[in-house]
Amino acid sequence: MKPAPFQYHDPRSVKEAVALLAQHENTKLLAGGQSLGPMLNFRFVMPDHLIDLNRISELAYIRAGTDTLDIGAMTRQRALERAAEIKRVCPIMAEALAWVGHIATRNRGTIGGSLAHLDPAAELPGICALYDATLTVAGPKGTRRVAMADWGVSFMTPNLEPNEVLTDITLKLWREPHGHAFVEFARRHGDFAIAGVGCLVALDRTGKARRVALSLIGVSSAPVRLAAAEKLLVGTDLSDNAIQAASAEVAKLEALADTQVGAAYRKRVAGVLLGRAIKQAAGRAAQGTKR
Amino acid sequence: MTDRRKIELTVNGVRHVREIETRLTLGDFLRHELGLTGTHLGCEHGVCGACTVHLNGEAVRSCILFAVQADGCEITTVEGLAQPDGTLHPLQQAFRDHHGLQCGFCTPGMQMTIAAFLAENRHPTEREVREAISGNLCRCTGYQGIVAAALDAAQRLRGT
Amino acid sequence: MGARNVGAIVKRLEDPRLVTGRGRYTDDIVLPGMLELAFVRSSEAHALVKSINVSAAKAVPGVIAVWTLAELGAIAQKPMVQAYPSPAIKQDITQYPLAKDEVCYVGEAIAVVIAANRYIAEDAAQLVSVDYESLPVVIDAREAVKAGAALAHRGAPNNIAATVAWKFGDAGAAFARAPHVFRETYYQHRGVAHSMEGRGVIAQFEGAMDQLTLWSSTQAPFLVRRYLAQYLEREEARIRVIAPDVGGGFGPKAGHYAEELVAALVAMKLGRAVKWIEDRREHFLTTTQQRDQWWEVEVACEAGGKVLALRAKCIHDNGAYLPYGLLLPMTVIVPFPGAYAIPAVEVTLDCVFTNAVPNTPIRGAGRPNAAFILERTMDTVARNLKLDQAEVRRTNFVRKDQFPYETGARMPTGVTIQYDSGDYAGCLDMVMKTSGYAAFETKRAQAAKAGRWIGLGIASYNEDTGLPPYEGATVKVLPSGRISVELGSCSQGQGLETIAAQIAADQFDVDPQDVIVKTGDTAISAMALATVGSRVAATAGPSVHLAATQVREKAIRLAAQQLEVAEQDLEITRGAVHIQGVPGRRLMLGDLAKRLVSGVMVPLPKGFTPGLEATAYHTSERPVYANGTNIAEVEVDIETGAVTLLNYWVAHDCGTMINPMLVEGQIVGGVVHGIGNALFEHMKYDRESGQPLTTNFAEYLLPLATEMPPIHVEHMETPSPVNPLGVKGAGEGGTIPGIACIVSAVENALKPLGVKVNEYPISPERLLELIDEQRGAARA
Repeated sequence: MKPAPFQYHDPRSVKEAVALLAQHENTKLLAGGQSLGPMLNFRFVMPDHLIDLNRISELAYIRAGTDTLDIGAMTRQRALERAAEIKRVCPIMAEALAWVGHIATRNRGTIGGSLAHLDPAAELPGICALYDATLTVAGPKGTRRVAMADWGVSFMTPNLEPNEVLTDITLKLWREPHGHAFVEFARRHGDFAIAGVGCLVALDRTGKARRVALSLIGVSSAPVRLAAAEKLLVGTDLSDNAIQAASAEVAKLEALADTQVGAAYRKRVAGVLLGRAIKQAAGRAAQGTKR
Repeated sequence: MTDRRKIELTVNGVRHVREIETRLTLGDFLRHELGLTGTHLGCEHGVCGACTVHLNGEAVRSCILFAVQADGCEITTVEGLAQPDGTLHPLQQAFRDHHGLQCGFCTPGMQMTIAAFLAENRHPTEREVREAISGNLCRCTGYQGIVAAALDAAQRLRGT
Repeated sequence: MGARNVGAIVKRLEDPRLVTGRGRYTDDIVLPGMLELAFVRSSEAHALVKSINVSAAKAVPGVIAVWTLAELGAIAQKPMVQAYPSPAIKQDITQYPLAKDEVCYVGEAIAVVIAANRYIAEDAAQLVSVDYESLPVVIDAREAVKAGAALAHRGAPNNIAATVAWKFGDAGAAFARAPHVFRETYYQHRGVAHSMEGRGVIAQFEGAMDQLTLWSSTQAPFLVRRYLAQYLEREEARIRVIAPDVGGGFGPKAGHYAEELVAALVAMKLGRAVKWIEDRREHFLTTTQQRDQWWEVEVACEAGGKVLALRAKCIHDNGAYLPYGLLLPMTVIVPFPGAYAIPAVEVTLDCVFTNAVPNTPIRGAGRPNAAFILERTMDTVARNLKLDQAEVRRTNFVRKDQFPYETGARMPTGVTIQYDSGDYAGCLDMVMKTSGYAAFETKRAQAAKAGRWIGLGIASYNEDTGLPPYEGATVKVLPSGRISVELGSCSQGQGLETIAAQIAADQFDVDPQDVIVKTGDTAISAMALATVGSRVAATAGPSVHLAATQVREKAIRLAAQQLEVAEQDLEITRGAVHIQGVPGRRLMLGDLAKRLVSGVMVPLPKGFTPGLEATAYHTSERPVYANGTNIAEVEVDIETGAVTLLNYWVAHDCGTMINPMLVEGQIVGGVVHGIGNALFEHMKYDRESGQPLTTNFAEYLLPLATEMPPIHVEHMETPSPVNPLGVKGAGEGGTIPGIACIVSAVENALKPLGVKVNEYPISPERLLELIDEQRGAARA
């Protein structure tokens, strides 16, 4: 399984990359290559021009502030997994990354690549959804910002034109004490998620939920913020009844089916995971406030 | 008109300068350009791990990397694990001692994965070893001998 | 000479080269001027090929030629050889080396591109345009077997390749008088072999010498040579087939494939060496598999659980062609009654053509299928009569005092089925002890309190190993004094070089690491057949022993003559023959060898033939029977259907173990293969179009290290009286009961709900469906 021939370009700056995209037709951007590489080898895609982003050092960075976490699109997943700043300000991302493929794929795979490829089961887009991330995109006319909620256009199609490059990802951090949990169900370690839930919970002084964020991967064509479920949970004590009501929201989603897993089963598992994630996040939130 | 590039890279400590087609994968480059056939291609879609080599010290799948991407880099393959005088790396010896291989096809990739893992984690638990090799397929051994070899190698490398 | 190496853990001779990446697999071999092949393959499951346009492909720089069947020459205008002819075959349909006019499965080879390298070959293959006229497709064997079904082959009378049956005893009478009869239906699916190295072949033809040489990633070089000789109408002496290092086989590499034949034809026509290496996508599409079976089973038994008779009908998906005759279907039915003394059995199997890649044996062949039926039937009896699973098996086992045990069945050749030796109840006792079987219900109750659903499954088996009639060996003492062993048999990871060295070394008191072993080359004199069916240790092993013993005896006889002493006063220590108690007077084996090489005008020692060497064949008429019992502990997540494997115990008996470390490797590897089949592996085809749906490793799930349980193996050694080493095979003993064991455990975990699991692979989604159905039925 050998790739079809292409013209190879390795720009050293975003500006150069954008210029190449403007100059050529039938282009593909190469980030980590862990998803694109197989597609090239299978000849599912046959670009005339392969634009390798791996030499653009300005695109790899992690900047943890008080309000935001800024990450360059070409930052390696393995770097994110091991970074002290990530563990400090966004521990759920480090936990979710343990579910992303395998060490060798994380050594090359990037956060930008994951977002641009937008596999429905991808964990990092789910984390970005959880934090209402803003994505910065560079094109011939300059840069534009896309809210994560507007990122997924359709199945594996993000809000990204063929002549644009995703450059930065900004997550809005939770400043208040909160608990987090990332729970995923896959057939084997590192497999594509059948469903996965990211949950952030902040409690008020009485132990009731003051703020809840829930994102779901694997079920819909893009990560989903379960806004209705979040609303149902705020103000509750996150008991089994409250969680059950929230889980019922999952049943309303339209779910994907593929050769491995049916739609109804996906939603059913998602409902189970939702309960487990909320319980774990709530437990951590409670532990946090006790200290 | 094929797209070609000149690349310079170090493989197992030896510097190579070659002109190659840009679509040539790193795995094929190592095997056919350099004749280092120890790195194997089991799937060519980045799942089986048989093609694993080290790029600047990190385990990577050479079937989904292009040789041009390794320009200026340091590559280590299975052929670079043993000493120049032939003394086996403790991991290779452990594989032999614990029957961590049968047909040997997944073995180079498996060893490169474990070698990189042990460089970062000197006291792994069995669970951690299994997770570390979860990206490497073996159809012969059922993994038990490989895990035993990895844990034994960790001990040897610690010098205990 | 006592056995010092046989029975010992000896480190493998293969490892030094394999751990350092210096193995020599087919794709590692480079010949001068070698070209590479890529195949144009059918994108339709069933179609007529109306036209093939190769002009654009031929124009690609670096392409030497693009050929269809016509260009392969007059000799190739016929279907491939039937590897296992049988009068029972009703429709003997094999594939053409390249499609003639009809293609019958997605992936069937239509044209071949010959180019400078594989990249260019694939570029050109993409440019070949094929015009298809679609024909009706049949994928589901249950549909294919019906009258009026879509035909897998145009113009065929029906889709039945053959119907085979296995009968002994009077099942009718047993069913008539039995107090209990239980009926169940089952679905079985084995999947794809997925050796980590795919197939591959290099063909080279030297016209002046009229010599064709193939390097092939094969399990059977001698058979490949035979089929090539037949097809090409060449003398076998003008064909050499070599199995270099082979990265796993598991069955499908024992067949003979179109690509091997096409490579040979291309090499002969072009006069250039050509190489074809299978990529993983091609392995999914074109390497033979073992797929679907549907079973109807009824068992007649007594109140105490003693089985009186078993009747079963099977619809077996054979795929589009019959390259392997009826070997696979026969291995499905012949194992009955398995480890049990069941007096009457009637099994019939319809071997059915479908428009998917052909089915041939994968690790265990039909034995795991038979074991599944036997084991689920034992569980069925236990469940219905409320008896203990282990005790039902014990009640039915062939007893130790019954060996050699005639089952009552007879092969088509007339040979009766006779189990040579074993202690089935002994293995059962062993594994029940190590698994803590007796205390499990207490463990289950405690787990239930914590909301956990755990189960224990059990499966027993026996296996016809060491399939007759032979695998030969040549043992030589070299002029240097080193021992050499040459085997026609070949290895795909089993450690054949090592066990051969161990066996030979014992006759000469040398280090096995110093023995030179060569395998898998038809140019080597000792004949061989194939490395399949757990047969080589029990056939080649004794041959090595016989040959080494003959060489030893010749050395002693010659030394006795040279030293003028009696033979019984001599012994061999560390590669030298010396007089017992007189270490100073000795003759090096190498010198004795040189003496028997002699020289021009130098007489040989009186009464001696040239060469300190011997070729020997241990021959047998019957297989030797290994056996064992496996127990698995699993946990089911009742909310997701996920199955976690907690523990796995094996007690097995493969007779004398030549190298216990290698045996354990085979058992553990085989168990994991069984786990893969039970829970993960499903090769899916679209029922309408016949398109394969799972064609990469993300869609087809192989077992990973993270999901495997600790596998504890215990050995019993009941040596076989059939061969001089007492060896039985071990290559498939983990897989044969493994699938049934896992399924039994999953069912056992759901015992409180009364869920029955009569199928595999069993996915979490399917398990929830079964649970829902059972709960729904319980409520109704």
